[in-house]
Amino acid sequence: MTSLAKKAGFVGFIALFVAASMFAAMRYAEAQSNPNSFNRLLKPASERNAPPATDGIHDPTSDGTALLQTPLEAFDPLAKSNSGNYVNWNQALDDGGIAPWYSVSNPNAAPIVLDMNIVREVKGSMPNVVYPHKQHTEWLDCANCHPAIFIPMKGANQISMASILLGEKCGVCHGKVAFPVSECRRCHSQPKEAAARQ
Amino acid sequence: MSPSARGRRIGILCAGLLPVAFAWGEYADVILNSRSEAEGVAPVIFPHWFHRIRFRCSVCHVELGIEMRVGSNSMRMDSITNGEYCGACHDGQTAWSVDNCDLCHSGRPGLATGIQGGHQTGGPGKY
Repeated sequence: MTSLAKKAGFVGFIALFVAASMFAAMRYAEAQSNPNSFNRLLKPASERNAPPATDGIHDPTSDGTALLQTPLEAFDPLAKSNSGNYVNWNQALDDGGIAPWYSVSNPNAAPIVLDMNIVREVKGSMPNVVYPHKQHTEWLDCANCHPAIFIPMKGANQISMASILLGEKCGVCHGKVAFPVSECRRCHSQPKEAAARQ
Repeated sequence: MSPSARGRRIGILCAGLLPVAFAWGEYADVILNSRSEAEGVAPVIFPHWFHRIRFRCSVCHVELGIEMRVGSNSMRMDSITNGEYCGACHDGQTAWSVDNCDLCHSGRPGLATGIQGGHQTGGPGKY
Protein backbone atom coordinates (compact mmCIF):
# COMPACT_ATOMS: atom_id res chain seq x y z
CA MET A 1 0.00 0.00 0.00
CA THR A 2 1.35 3.40 -0.90
CA SER A 3 1.75 5.98 1.80
CA LEU A 4 -0.88 8.11 0.02
CA ALA A 5 -3.46 5.30 0.16
CA LYS A 6 -2.53 4.65 3.76
CA LYS A 7 -3.05 8.32 4.55
CA ALA A 8 -6.37 8.35 2.67
CA GLY A 9 -7.47 5.27 4.60
CA PHE A 10 -6.56 6.89 7.89
CA VAL A 11 -8.34 10.13 7.00
CA GLY A 12 -11.35 8.06 5.90
CA PHE A 13 -11.36 6.17 9.20
CA ILE A 14 -11.18 9.42 11.16
CA ALA A 15 -13.95 10.94 9.01
CA LEU A 16 -16.13 7.87 9.61
CA PHE A 17 -15.42 7.99 13.32
CA VAL A 18 -16.21 11.71 13.49
CA ALA A 19 -19.41 11.14 11.49
CA ALA A 20 -20.46 8.30 13.81
CA SER A 21 -19.64 10.40 16.86
CA MET A 22 -21.61 13.35 15.49
CA PHE A 23 -24.58 11.11 14.66
CA ALA A 24 -24.57 9.65 18.17
CA ALA A 25 -24.17 13.10 19.71
CA MET A 26 -27.05 14.43 17.59
CA ARG A 27 -29.26 11.51 18.59
CA TYR A 28 -28.45 12.15 22.25
CA ALA A 29 -29.05 15.90 21.83
CA GLU A 30 -32.39 15.15 20.19
CA ALA A 31 -33.38 12.78 22.98
CA GLN A 32 -32.50 15.48 25.48
CA SER A 33 -34.23 18.33 23.66
CA ASN A 34 -37.39 16.45 22.64
CA PRO A 35 -39.35 15.57 25.76
CA ASN A 36 -41.59 13.22 23.76
CA SER A 37 -38.88 11.12 22.10
CA PHE A 38 -39.44 7.39 22.23
CA ASN A 39 -37.84 5.59 25.20
CA ARG A 40 -36.24 8.85 26.26
CA LEU A 41 -34.33 7.43 29.23
CA LEU A 42 -34.12 3.77 28.36
CA LYS A 43 -30.64 2.63 27.54
CA PRO A 44 -30.60 0.58 24.30
CA ALA A 45 -29.16 -2.94 24.57
CA SER A 46 -26.05 -1.89 22.66
CA GLU A 47 -25.10 0.54 25.42
CA ARG A 48 -25.49 -1.88 28.33
CA ASN A 49 -22.50 -3.29 30.24
CA ALA A 50 -20.14 -0.81 28.59
CA PRO A 51 -16.40 -1.53 28.89
CA PRO A 52 -14.60 0.59 31.53
CA ALA A 53 -13.02 2.93 28.95
CA THR A 54 -16.41 4.09 27.67
CA ASP A 55 -18.62 3.64 30.74
CA GLY A 56 -18.48 7.33 31.57
CA ILE A 57 -17.01 7.01 35.05
CA HIS A 58 -13.58 5.48 34.38
CA ASP A 59 -10.88 7.79 33.08
CA PRO A 60 -10.21 6.52 29.53
CA THR A 61 -6.71 8.03 29.61
CA SER A 62 -5.69 6.05 32.72
CA ASP A 63 -3.40 3.05 32.18
CA GLY A 64 -5.35 1.17 34.87
CA THR A 65 -8.63 1.52 32.98
CA ALA A 66 -7.17 -0.34 30.00
CA LEU A 67 -6.18 -3.30 32.22
CA LEU A 68 -9.61 -3.79 33.82
CA GLN A 69 -11.86 -6.65 32.79
CA THR A 70 -14.90 -5.71 30.72
CA PRO A 71 -18.26 -6.65 32.33
CA LEU A 72 -19.49 -8.38 29.18
CA GLU A 73 -16.53 -10.76 29.17
CA ALA A 74 -17.40 -11.84 32.72
CA PHE A 75 -21.17 -11.92 32.19
CA ASP A 76 -21.14 -13.86 28.92
CA PRO A 77 -21.38 -17.37 30.47
CA LEU A 78 -23.82 -16.33 33.23
CA ALA A 79 -27.61 -16.51 33.37
CA LYS A 80 -29.23 -13.33 32.03
CA SER A 81 -31.88 -10.99 33.45
CA ASN A 82 -33.68 -7.86 32.26
CA SER A 83 -32.25 -5.27 34.60
CA GLY A 84 -29.40 -4.23 36.83
CA ASN A 85 -26.23 -5.87 35.54
CA TYR A 86 -28.45 -7.92 33.18
CA VAL A 87 -27.21 -10.99 35.04
CA ASN A 88 -29.48 -13.25 37.09
CA TRP A 89 -27.07 -13.58 40.01
CA ASN A 90 -29.15 -16.13 41.93
CA GLN A 91 -29.51 -18.39 38.93
CA ALA A 92 -25.80 -18.01 38.18
CA LEU A 93 -25.11 -19.12 41.76
CA ASP A 94 -27.56 -22.04 41.60
CA ASP A 95 -26.33 -23.41 38.28
CA GLY A 96 -22.67 -23.09 39.23
CA GLY A 97 -21.87 -20.24 36.84
CA ILE A 98 -20.23 -18.52 39.80
CA ALA A 99 -18.89 -19.98 43.04
CA PRO A 100 -18.23 -17.04 45.36
CA TRP A 101 -16.43 -17.67 48.65
CA TYR A 102 -18.34 -17.34 51.92
CA SER A 103 -15.25 -16.55 53.97
CA VAL A 104 -12.27 -14.36 53.23
CA SER A 105 -9.86 -16.99 54.56
CA ASN A 106 -11.60 -20.30 53.78
CA PRO A 107 -12.65 -21.07 50.19
CA ASN A 108 -14.58 -24.14 51.39
CA ALA A 109 -16.75 -22.44 53.98
CA ALA A 110 -20.44 -23.03 53.22
CA PRO A 111 -23.12 -20.43 53.87
CA ILE A 112 -25.66 -21.03 56.66
CA VAL A 113 -28.80 -21.17 54.53
CA LEU A 114 -32.20 -20.61 56.12
CA ASP A 115 -35.05 -21.95 54.00
CA MET A 116 -37.99 -19.95 55.30
CA ASN A 117 -40.42 -17.91 53.26
CA ILE A 118 -42.13 -14.85 54.72
CA VAL A 119 -45.42 -13.97 53.01
CA ARG A 120 -46.40 -10.34 53.35
CA GLU A 121 -49.97 -9.57 52.43
CA VAL A 122 -50.02 -6.28 50.61
CA LYS A 123 -52.66 -3.63 50.09
CA GLY A 124 -54.46 -3.18 46.79
CA SER A 125 -54.46 -5.56 43.87
CA MET A 126 -50.73 -6.35 43.73
CA PRO A 127 -49.86 -9.99 44.41
CA ASN A 128 -48.53 -10.67 47.91
CA VAL A 129 -44.81 -10.55 48.53
CA VAL A 130 -43.05 -13.84 49.16
CA TYR A 131 -39.71 -13.10 50.77
CA PRO A 132 -37.35 -16.09 50.50
CA HIS A 133 -34.74 -16.30 53.25
CA LYS A 134 -33.05 -19.02 51.18
CA GLN A 135 -31.81 -16.83 48.32
CA HIS A 136 -30.83 -14.07 50.74
CA THR A 137 -28.88 -16.25 53.17
CA GLU A 138 -26.93 -17.76 50.27
CA TRP A 139 -25.31 -14.33 49.91
CA LEU A 140 -25.74 -12.62 53.25
CA ASP A 141 -25.31 -13.18 56.96
CA CYS A 142 -28.26 -12.67 59.37
CA ALA A 143 -26.41 -9.65 60.77
CA ASN A 144 -26.55 -7.83 57.42
CA CYS A 145 -30.30 -7.26 57.82
CA HIS A 146 -31.17 -8.06 61.46
CA PRO A 147 -31.81 -6.07 63.54
CA ALA A 148 -30.66 -2.81 61.94
CA ILE A 149 -32.77 -2.94 58.75
CA PHE A 150 -35.49 -5.43 59.70
CA ILE A 151 -36.58 -6.22 63.27
CA PRO A 152 -36.64 -10.04 63.40
CA MET A 153 -40.21 -10.26 64.65
CA LYS A 154 -43.43 -10.95 62.77
CA GLY A 155 -45.43 -7.79 62.14
CA ALA A 156 -42.76 -5.49 63.57
CA ASN A 157 -41.66 -4.01 60.25
CA GLN A 158 -43.63 -1.49 58.30
CA ILE A 159 -42.52 -1.59 54.69
CA SER A 160 -43.79 0.55 51.85
CA MET A 161 -42.72 0.93 48.24
CA ALA A 162 -42.10 4.61 49.00
CA SER A 163 -39.55 3.76 51.69
CA ILE A 164 -37.94 1.15 49.41
CA LEU A 165 -37.63 3.72 46.63
CA LEU A 166 -35.95 6.06 49.09
CA GLY A 167 -33.37 3.36 49.85
CA GLU A 168 -34.80 2.07 53.13
CA LYS A 169 -35.72 -1.56 54.01
CA CYS A 170 -35.43 -3.75 50.85
CA GLY A 171 -34.17 -0.63 49.05
CA VAL A 172 -30.90 -0.76 50.97
CA CYS A 173 -29.81 -3.35 48.38
CA HIS A 174 -32.61 -3.60 45.79
CA GLY A 175 -32.13 -0.73 43.39
CA LYS A 176 -28.44 -0.38 44.19
CA VAL A 177 -26.72 -3.76 43.99
CA ALA A 178 -29.46 -6.41 43.96
CA PHE A 179 -32.09 -6.46 41.19
CA PRO A 180 -33.96 -3.13 40.97
CA VAL A 181 -37.60 -2.59 41.98
CA SER A 182 -38.68 -2.44 38.34
CA GLU A 183 -38.82 -6.25 38.58
CA CYS A 184 -42.16 -6.09 40.45
CA ARG A 185 -43.14 -9.74 40.09
CA ARG A 186 -39.95 -11.22 41.44
CA CYS A 187 -41.15 -10.12 44.90
CA HIS A 188 -44.89 -9.69 44.36
CA SER A 189 -45.22 -13.30 43.29
CA GLN A 190 -48.18 -14.81 45.15
CA PRO A 191 -51.54 -14.05 43.50
CA LYS A 192 -54.26 -12.88 45.88
CA GLU A 193 -56.66 -15.67 44.75
CA ALA A 194 -54.17 -18.34 45.72
CA ALA A 195 -53.72 -16.71 49.11
CA ALA A 196 -57.49 -16.62 49.67
CA ARG A 197 -57.90 -20.32 48.80
CA GLN A 198 -55.34 -21.48 51.37
CA MET B 1 -2.32 22.26 11.22
CA SER B 2 -2.70 19.56 8.54
CA PRO B 3 -6.24 18.32 7.75
CA SER B 4 -5.55 14.85 9.17
CA ALA B 5 -4.18 16.33 12.40
CA ARG B 6 -7.27 18.50 12.66
CA GLY B 7 -9.48 15.45 12.04
CA ARG B 8 -7.62 13.53 14.67
CA ARG B 9 -8.05 16.37 17.11
CA ILE B 10 -11.81 16.53 16.41
CA GLY B 11 -11.98 12.74 16.70
CA ILE B 12 -10.31 12.80 20.09
CA LEU B 13 -12.64 15.60 21.16
CA CYS B 14 -15.72 13.59 20.11
CA ALA B 15 -14.37 10.41 21.71
CA GLY B 16 -13.96 12.40 24.91
CA LEU B 17 -17.54 13.71 24.77
CA LEU B 18 -19.26 10.44 23.82
CA PRO B 19 -19.00 8.48 27.07
CA VAL B 20 -20.19 11.49 29.06
CA ALA B 21 -23.24 11.61 26.84
CA PHE B 22 -24.29 7.97 27.20
CA ALA B 23 -22.97 6.04 30.08
CA TRP B 24 -23.40 5.88 33.79
CA GLY B 25 -21.05 3.09 34.77
CA GLU B 26 -21.99 -0.50 35.48
CA TYR B 27 -24.92 -1.19 37.84
CA ALA B 28 -23.72 -1.09 41.47
CA ASP B 29 -20.30 0.44 40.73
CA VAL B 30 -19.26 2.49 43.76
CA ILE B 31 -17.39 5.77 43.39
CA LEU B 32 -15.22 6.74 46.36
CA ASN B 33 -14.00 10.30 46.25
CA SER B 34 -14.41 11.81 49.69
CA ARG B 35 -10.62 11.92 50.06
CA SER B 36 -8.98 10.74 46.82
CA GLU B 37 -8.90 13.89 44.73
CA ALA B 38 -8.29 16.15 47.71
CA GLU B 39 -5.18 14.07 48.36
CA GLY B 40 -4.01 14.13 44.74
CA VAL B 41 -5.12 10.77 43.29
CA ALA B 42 -7.97 9.84 40.95
CA PRO B 43 -11.31 8.74 42.47
CA VAL B 44 -11.69 5.03 43.27
CA ILE B 45 -14.19 2.91 41.34
CA PHE B 46 -15.22 -0.28 43.12
CA PRO B 47 -16.97 -2.75 40.78
CA HIS B 48 -19.49 -4.76 42.83
CA TRP B 49 -20.06 -7.13 39.87
CA PHE B 50 -16.43 -8.24 39.74
CA HIS B 51 -16.28 -8.89 43.47
CA ARG B 52 -19.62 -10.67 43.85
CA ILE B 53 -18.51 -13.24 41.28
CA ARG B 54 -15.72 -14.13 43.73
CA PHE B 55 -17.14 -13.37 47.17
CA ARG B 56 -20.57 -13.37 48.79
CA CYS B 57 -21.87 -10.09 50.24
CA SER B 58 -21.25 -11.10 53.85
CA VAL B 59 -17.51 -11.53 53.34
CA CYS B 60 -16.97 -7.79 53.00
CA HIS B 61 -20.09 -6.53 54.73
CA VAL B 62 -19.82 -8.70 57.87
CA GLU B 63 -16.40 -10.35 58.09
CA LEU B 64 -14.41 -7.32 57.00
CA GLY B 65 -16.84 -4.90 58.62
CA ILE B 66 -17.34 -2.64 55.60
CA GLU B 67 -20.54 -0.65 56.16
CA MET B 68 -23.08 -0.94 53.34
CA ARG B 69 -23.91 2.76 53.15
CA VAL B 70 -21.66 4.50 50.64
CA GLY B 71 -19.31 6.98 52.28
CA SER B 72 -19.75 5.64 55.81
CA ASN B 73 -16.38 3.87 55.89
CA SER B 74 -13.26 5.77 56.81
CA MET B 75 -10.93 4.07 54.36
CA ARG B 76 -7.39 5.35 54.14
CA MET B 77 -4.44 3.87 52.29
CA ASP B 78 -2.54 3.30 55.55
CA SER B 79 -5.39 1.18 56.94
CA ILE B 80 -5.59 -0.75 53.67
CA THR B 81 -1.83 -1.48 53.66
CA ASN B 82 -2.28 -2.65 57.27
CA GLY B 83 -4.75 -5.29 56.07
CA GLU B 84 -8.04 -3.56 56.77
CA TYR B 85 -10.87 -3.05 54.23
CA CYS B 86 -9.61 -3.80 50.68
CA GLY B 87 -6.24 -4.75 52.19
CA ALA B 88 -7.70 -8.00 53.57
CA CYS B 89 -7.43 -9.43 50.03
CA HIS B 90 -5.41 -6.86 48.07
CA ASP B 91 -2.16 -7.94 49.71
CA GLY B 92 -0.37 -9.59 46.79
CA GLN B 93 -1.58 -13.04 47.96
CA THR B 94 -5.35 -13.36 47.49
CA ALA B 95 -5.50 -10.46 45.03
CA TRP B 96 -3.01 -8.05 43.49
CA SER B 97 -1.34 -5.70 45.94
CA VAL B 98 -1.93 -2.01 46.55
CA ASP B 99 1.10 -0.93 44.49
CA ASN B 100 -1.20 -1.09 41.46
CA CYS B 101 -2.61 2.34 42.30
CA ASP B 102 -4.37 3.04 39.03
CA LEU B 103 -6.38 -0.19 38.92
CA CYS B 104 -8.57 1.24 41.71
CA HIS B 105 -7.82 4.94 41.32
CA SER B 106 -9.13 4.97 37.75
CA GLY B 107 -12.10 7.37 37.94
CA ARG B 108 -12.64 10.53 35.95
CA PRO B 109 -11.78 13.75 37.75
CA GLY B 110 -14.63 15.39 39.63
CA LEU B 111 -16.80 12.31 40.29
CA ALA B 112 -19.01 12.46 43.37
CA THR B 113 -18.99 9.67 45.96
CA GLY B 114 -21.98 7.39 45.45
CA ILE B 115 -23.32 4.20 43.96
CA GLN B 116 -24.07 3.93 40.23
CA GLY B 117 -27.16 2.35 38.84
CA GLY B 118 -30.04 3.45 41.00
CA HIS B 119 -32.40 2.37 38.33
CA GLN B 120 -31.85 0.62 35.02
CA THR B 121 -32.61 3.74 33.02
CA GLY B 122 -29.90 5.62 34.87
CA GLY B 123 -31.35 8.88 33.60
CA PRO B 124 -32.49 11.99 35.42
CA GLY B 125 -35.79 10.28 36.23
CA LYS B 126 -34.11 7.95 38.72
CA TYR B 127 -35.42 8.06 42.23
